[in-house]
Amino acid sequence: MSAPLIKWFTISALLIGLYGLYLGLFVAPTDYQQGESYRIIFIHVPAAWMSLFIYMVMAVSAGIGIIWQIRLADMVAAASAPIGASFTFIALVTGALWGKPMWGAYWVWDARLTSELILLFLYFGYMALQSAIEDQRSADKASGLLAIVGVVNIPIIHYSVEWWNTLHQGATVTKFDKPSMHIDMLIPLLLMAVAFKLFYAALVLVRTRNEALYRDRNRRWVRELIEKL
Amino acid sequence: MNWSEFFNMGGYAFFVWTSYGLTFLVMLANIISPIIQRRKVIARIKRAIKREQLTGG
Repeated sequence: MSAPLIKWFTISALLIGLYGLYLGLFVAPTDYQQGESYRIIFIHVPAAWMSLFIYMVMAVSAGIGIIWQIRLADMVAAASAPIGASFTFIALVTGALWGKPMWGAYWVWDARLTSELILLFLYFGYMALQSAIEDQRSADKASGLLAIVGVVNIPIIHYSVEWWNTLHQGATVTKFDKPSMHIDMLIPLLLMAVAFKLFYAALVLVRTRNEALYRDRNRRWVRELIEKL
Repeated sequence: MNWSEFFNMGGYAFFVWTSYGLTFLVMLANIISPIIQRRKVIARIKRAIKREQLTGG
Protein backbone atom coordinates (compact mmCIF):
# COMPACT_ATOMS: atom_id res chain seq x y z
CA MET A 1 0.00 0.00 0.00
CA SER A 2 2.68 2.47 1.03
CA ALA A 3 5.27 1.19 -1.48
CA PRO A 4 4.25 3.41 -4.45
CA LEU A 5 4.02 6.43 -2.13
CA ILE A 6 7.53 5.76 -0.84
CA LYS A 7 8.78 5.53 -4.41
CA TRP A 8 7.21 8.83 -5.46
CA PHE A 9 8.33 10.68 -2.35
CA THR A 10 11.88 9.44 -2.91
CA ILE A 11 11.99 10.32 -6.60
CA SER A 12 10.51 13.78 -6.14
CA ALA A 13 12.77 14.48 -3.14
CA LEU A 14 15.78 13.54 -5.27
CA LEU A 15 14.76 15.61 -8.30
CA ILE A 16 13.77 18.70 -6.32
CA GLY A 17 16.87 18.34 -4.13
CA LEU A 18 19.20 18.12 -7.11
CA TYR A 19 17.58 21.14 -8.75
CA GLY A 20 17.79 23.05 -5.48
CA LEU A 21 21.48 22.13 -5.13
CA TYR A 22 22.14 23.24 -8.70
CA LEU A 23 20.47 26.60 -8.11
CA GLY A 24 22.08 26.99 -4.70
CA LEU A 25 25.63 26.10 -5.71
CA PHE A 26 25.81 27.43 -9.27
CA VAL A 27 23.12 30.04 -9.85
CA ALA A 28 22.69 31.87 -6.53
CA PRO A 29 24.91 34.95 -6.31
CA THR A 30 27.78 35.33 -3.85
CA ASP A 31 26.78 36.99 -0.58
CA TYR A 32 28.32 40.44 -0.27
CA GLN A 33 29.12 39.98 3.43
CA GLN A 34 29.79 36.28 3.86
CA GLY A 35 31.27 35.39 0.47
CA GLU A 36 30.74 31.80 -0.62
CA SER A 37 30.54 30.43 2.92
CA TYR A 38 26.87 31.36 3.10
CA ARG A 39 26.08 28.48 0.69
CA ILE A 40 25.91 26.27 3.78
CA ILE A 41 22.53 27.95 4.31
CA PHE A 42 20.91 25.72 1.68
CA ILE A 43 21.29 22.69 3.94
CA HIS A 44 21.59 24.34 7.35
CA VAL A 45 18.28 26.20 7.38
CA PRO A 46 16.10 23.46 5.80
CA ALA A 47 17.66 20.91 8.19
CA ALA A 48 16.92 23.18 11.16
CA TRP A 49 13.32 23.63 9.99
CA MET A 50 13.01 19.85 9.65
CA SER A 51 14.37 19.33 13.14
CA LEU A 52 11.46 21.41 14.50
CA PHE A 53 8.83 20.06 12.09
CA ILE A 54 9.67 16.40 12.77
CA TYR A 55 9.65 17.06 16.50
CA MET A 56 6.12 18.44 16.25
CA VAL A 57 5.02 15.45 14.16
CA MET A 58 6.58 13.14 16.76
CA ALA A 59 5.03 14.91 19.76
CA VAL A 60 1.57 15.20 18.18
CA SER A 61 1.59 11.53 17.10
CA ALA A 62 2.77 10.48 20.54
CA GLY A 63 -0.06 12.54 22.04
CA ILE A 64 -2.62 10.91 19.76
CA GLY A 65 -1.17 7.53 20.70
CA ILE A 66 -1.48 8.23 24.41
CA ILE A 67 -4.93 9.83 24.35
CA TRP A 68 -6.76 7.74 21.75
CA GLN A 69 -4.63 4.60 21.93
CA ILE A 70 -4.05 4.61 18.19
CA ARG A 71 -1.15 2.23 17.63
CA LEU A 72 -0.26 3.66 14.22
CA ALA A 73 0.32 7.06 15.84
CA ASP A 74 2.80 5.53 18.30
CA MET A 75 4.58 3.87 15.39
CA VAL A 76 4.83 7.15 13.46
CA ALA A 77 6.27 8.84 16.55
CA ALA A 78 8.83 6.09 17.07
CA ALA A 79 9.71 6.12 13.36
CA SER A 80 10.18 9.90 13.34
CA ALA A 81 12.65 10.11 16.23
CA PRO A 82 15.84 8.88 14.50
CA ILE A 83 15.07 10.91 11.36
CA GLY A 84 14.47 14.05 13.41
CA ALA A 85 17.65 13.43 15.37
CA SER A 86 19.68 13.21 12.17
CA PHE A 87 18.27 16.48 10.81
CA THR A 88 19.02 18.14 14.17
CA PHE A 89 22.55 16.75 13.98
CA ILE A 90 22.96 18.15 10.44
CA ALA A 91 21.65 21.56 11.55
CA LEU A 92 24.10 21.66 14.48
CA VAL A 93 27.16 20.46 12.54
CA THR A 94 26.59 22.65 9.47
CA GLY A 95 25.93 25.53 11.85
CA ALA A 96 29.27 24.90 13.55
CA LEU A 97 31.01 24.74 10.17
CA TRP A 98 29.41 28.03 9.25
CA GLY A 99 30.11 29.61 12.63
CA LYS A 100 33.84 28.95 12.51
CA PRO A 101 34.64 31.19 9.51
CA MET A 102 31.93 33.79 10.32
CA TRP A 103 32.01 34.05 14.12
CA GLY A 104 35.47 32.62 14.73
CA ALA A 105 34.20 29.68 16.79
CA TYR A 106 32.64 26.32 16.03
CA TRP A 107 30.47 26.54 19.09
CA VAL A 108 29.21 29.22 21.43
CA TRP A 109 26.73 28.73 24.29
CA ASP A 110 24.25 31.00 22.62
CA ALA A 111 20.49 30.63 23.18
CA ARG A 112 19.70 29.36 19.68
CA LEU A 113 22.53 26.83 19.63
CA THR A 114 21.91 25.61 23.16
CA SER A 115 18.16 25.12 22.66
CA GLU A 116 18.82 23.25 19.40
CA LEU A 117 21.30 21.01 21.25
CA ILE A 118 18.59 20.34 23.86
CA LEU A 119 16.33 19.32 20.97
CA LEU A 120 18.90 16.71 19.94
CA PHE A 121 18.96 15.38 23.51
CA LEU A 122 15.15 15.23 23.56
CA TYR A 123 15.26 13.04 20.46
CA PHE A 124 17.95 10.87 22.07
CA GLY A 125 15.92 10.67 25.27
CA TYR A 126 12.85 9.54 23.34
CA MET A 127 14.86 6.86 21.54
CA ALA A 128 16.55 5.71 24.75
CA LEU A 129 13.19 5.30 26.51
CA GLN A 130 11.79 3.43 23.50
CA SER A 131 14.58 0.90 23.52
CA ALA A 132 15.05 0.65 27.29
CA ILE A 133 11.47 -0.25 28.23
CA GLU A 134 10.56 -3.81 27.36
CA ASP A 135 6.78 -3.46 27.35
CA GLN A 136 5.83 -1.59 24.18
CA ARG A 137 2.83 0.22 25.61
CA SER A 138 4.76 1.52 28.61
CA ALA A 139 7.61 2.51 26.31
CA ASP A 140 5.23 4.50 24.10
CA LYS A 141 3.69 6.18 27.14
CA ALA A 142 6.97 7.14 28.78
CA SER A 143 8.73 8.31 25.62
CA GLY A 144 5.56 10.02 24.38
CA LEU A 145 5.29 11.96 27.62
CA LEU A 146 8.88 13.11 27.26
CA ALA A 147 8.18 14.19 23.67
CA ILE A 148 5.11 16.19 24.75
CA VAL A 149 6.87 17.91 27.65
CA GLY A 150 9.76 18.72 25.30
CA VAL A 151 7.44 20.73 23.05
CA VAL A 152 8.11 23.75 25.30
CA ASN A 153 11.56 23.83 23.73
CA ILE A 154 10.17 24.45 20.24
CA PRO A 155 9.02 28.09 20.70
CA ILE A 156 12.19 28.68 22.71
CA ILE A 157 14.27 27.65 19.70
CA HIS A 158 12.17 29.72 17.33
CA TYR A 159 12.13 32.91 19.39
CA SER A 160 15.57 32.51 20.97
CA VAL A 161 17.05 34.96 18.48
CA GLU A 162 14.54 37.60 19.57
CA TRP A 163 14.31 36.90 23.30
CA TRP A 164 18.02 36.86 23.96
CA ASN A 165 20.93 38.77 22.56
CA THR A 166 22.45 36.06 20.47
CA LEU A 167 25.25 35.69 18.00
CA HIS A 168 22.92 33.73 15.77
CA GLN A 169 21.31 35.89 13.13
CA GLY A 170 17.58 36.56 13.23
CA ALA A 171 14.96 35.07 10.94
CA THR A 172 15.31 36.06 7.31
CA VAL A 173 12.56 33.96 5.79
CA THR A 174 9.90 33.16 8.40
CA LYS A 175 8.92 36.66 9.35
CA PHE A 176 5.75 38.46 8.59
CA ASP A 177 7.10 41.16 6.33
CA LYS A 178 8.95 40.41 3.12
CA PRO A 179 11.86 37.97 3.49
CA SER A 180 15.10 39.92 3.54
CA MET A 181 16.84 37.66 1.11
CA HIS A 182 17.61 37.77 -2.57
CA ILE A 183 15.08 35.80 -4.60
CA ASP A 184 17.87 33.76 -6.27
CA MET A 185 18.94 32.61 -2.80
CA LEU A 186 15.43 32.16 -1.47
CA ILE A 187 14.23 29.82 -4.23
CA PRO A 188 16.96 27.16 -3.79
CA LEU A 189 16.49 27.42 -0.02
CA LEU A 190 12.77 26.70 -0.32
CA LEU A 191 13.39 23.93 -2.87
CA MET A 192 15.80 22.23 -0.46
CA ALA A 193 13.21 22.58 2.30
CA VAL A 194 10.60 20.85 0.11
CA ALA A 195 13.10 18.13 -0.85
CA PHE A 196 13.92 17.47 2.83
CA LYS A 197 10.21 17.26 3.66
CA LEU A 198 9.59 14.74 0.87
CA PHE A 199 12.65 12.76 1.96
CA TYR A 200 11.30 12.66 5.50
CA ALA A 201 7.90 11.53 4.18
CA ALA A 202 9.53 8.59 2.38
CA LEU A 203 11.73 7.68 5.35
CA VAL A 204 8.95 7.86 7.92
CA LEU A 205 6.79 5.54 5.81
CA VAL A 206 9.61 3.00 5.50
CA ARG A 207 10.35 3.14 9.21
CA THR A 208 6.70 3.01 10.24
CA ARG A 209 6.30 -0.12 8.12
CA ASN A 210 9.28 -1.66 9.92
CA GLU A 211 7.77 -0.70 13.28
CA ALA A 212 4.48 -2.37 12.31
CA LEU A 213 6.22 -5.58 11.25
CA TYR A 214 8.24 -5.68 14.46
CA ARG A 215 5.45 -4.80 16.87
CA ASP A 216 3.01 -7.23 15.26
CA ARG A 217 5.62 -9.94 14.81
CA ASN A 218 3.44 -12.51 16.56
CA ARG A 219 0.26 -11.59 14.74
CA ARG A 220 -1.30 -13.47 11.90
CA TRP A 221 -1.10 -10.70 9.25
CA VAL A 222 2.63 -10.35 9.66
CA ARG A 223 3.15 -14.12 9.64
CA GLU A 224 1.18 -14.46 6.43
CA LEU A 225 3.03 -11.56 4.85
CA ILE A 226 6.45 -12.97 5.79
CA GLU A 227 5.63 -16.42 4.47
CA LYS A 228 4.89 -14.89 1.08
CA LEU A 229 8.28 -13.11 0.97
CA MET B 1 33.59 30.66 -13.12
CA ASN B 2 35.74 27.57 -13.69
CA TRP B 3 35.70 24.33 -11.74
CA SER B 4 38.71 24.97 -9.52
CA GLU B 5 37.18 28.28 -8.50
CA PHE B 6 33.94 26.49 -7.82
CA PHE B 7 35.58 23.88 -5.59
CA ASN B 8 37.57 26.56 -3.82
CA MET B 9 34.34 28.29 -2.69
CA GLY B 10 36.09 31.61 -2.28
CA GLY B 11 38.46 30.10 0.30
CA TYR B 12 35.69 28.46 2.33
CA ALA B 13 36.07 25.07 0.61
CA PHE B 14 36.68 23.15 3.84
CA PHE B 15 33.60 24.50 5.61
CA VAL B 16 31.23 24.33 2.65
CA TRP B 17 32.24 20.90 1.38
CA THR B 18 32.48 19.33 4.81
CA SER B 19 28.92 20.54 5.44
CA TYR B 20 27.63 19.14 2.18
CA GLY B 21 29.65 15.91 2.47
CA LEU B 22 28.52 15.22 6.01
CA THR B 23 24.91 15.95 5.13
CA PHE B 24 25.18 13.52 2.22
CA LEU B 25 26.58 10.82 4.51
CA VAL B 26 23.84 11.30 7.10
CA MET B 27 21.20 11.11 4.33
CA LEU B 28 22.80 7.94 3.02
CA ALA B 29 22.77 6.41 6.50
CA ASN B 30 19.09 7.35 6.77
CA ILE B 31 18.38 5.40 3.58
CA ILE B 32 20.48 2.35 4.44
CA SER B 33 19.56 1.94 8.10
CA PRO B 34 15.80 1.23 7.63
CA ILE B 35 16.62 -1.23 4.83
CA ILE B 36 18.91 -3.18 7.18
CA GLN B 37 16.34 -2.85 9.95
CA ARG B 38 13.65 -4.35 7.69
CA ARG B 39 15.87 -7.31 6.76
CA LYS B 40 16.65 -7.96 10.41
CA VAL B 41 13.00 -7.89 11.43
CA ILE B 42 11.98 -10.22 8.61
CA ALA B 43 14.84 -12.64 9.39
CA ARG B 44 13.87 -12.64 13.05
CA ILE B 45 10.24 -13.42 12.29
CA LYS B 46 11.25 -16.17 9.85
CA ARG B 47 13.42 -17.76 12.56
CA ALA B 48 10.54 -17.59 15.00
CA ILE B 49 8.21 -19.27 12.51
CA LYS B 50 10.74 -22.06 11.92
CA ARG B 51 11.25 -22.58 15.65
CA GLU B 52 7.54 -22.83 16.23
CA GLN B 53 7.14 -25.34 13.42
CA LEU B 54 9.93 -27.50 14.91
CA THR B 55 8.55 -27.44 18.42
CA GLY B 56 5.01 -27.80 17.21
CA GLY B 57 3.96 -24.20 17.86
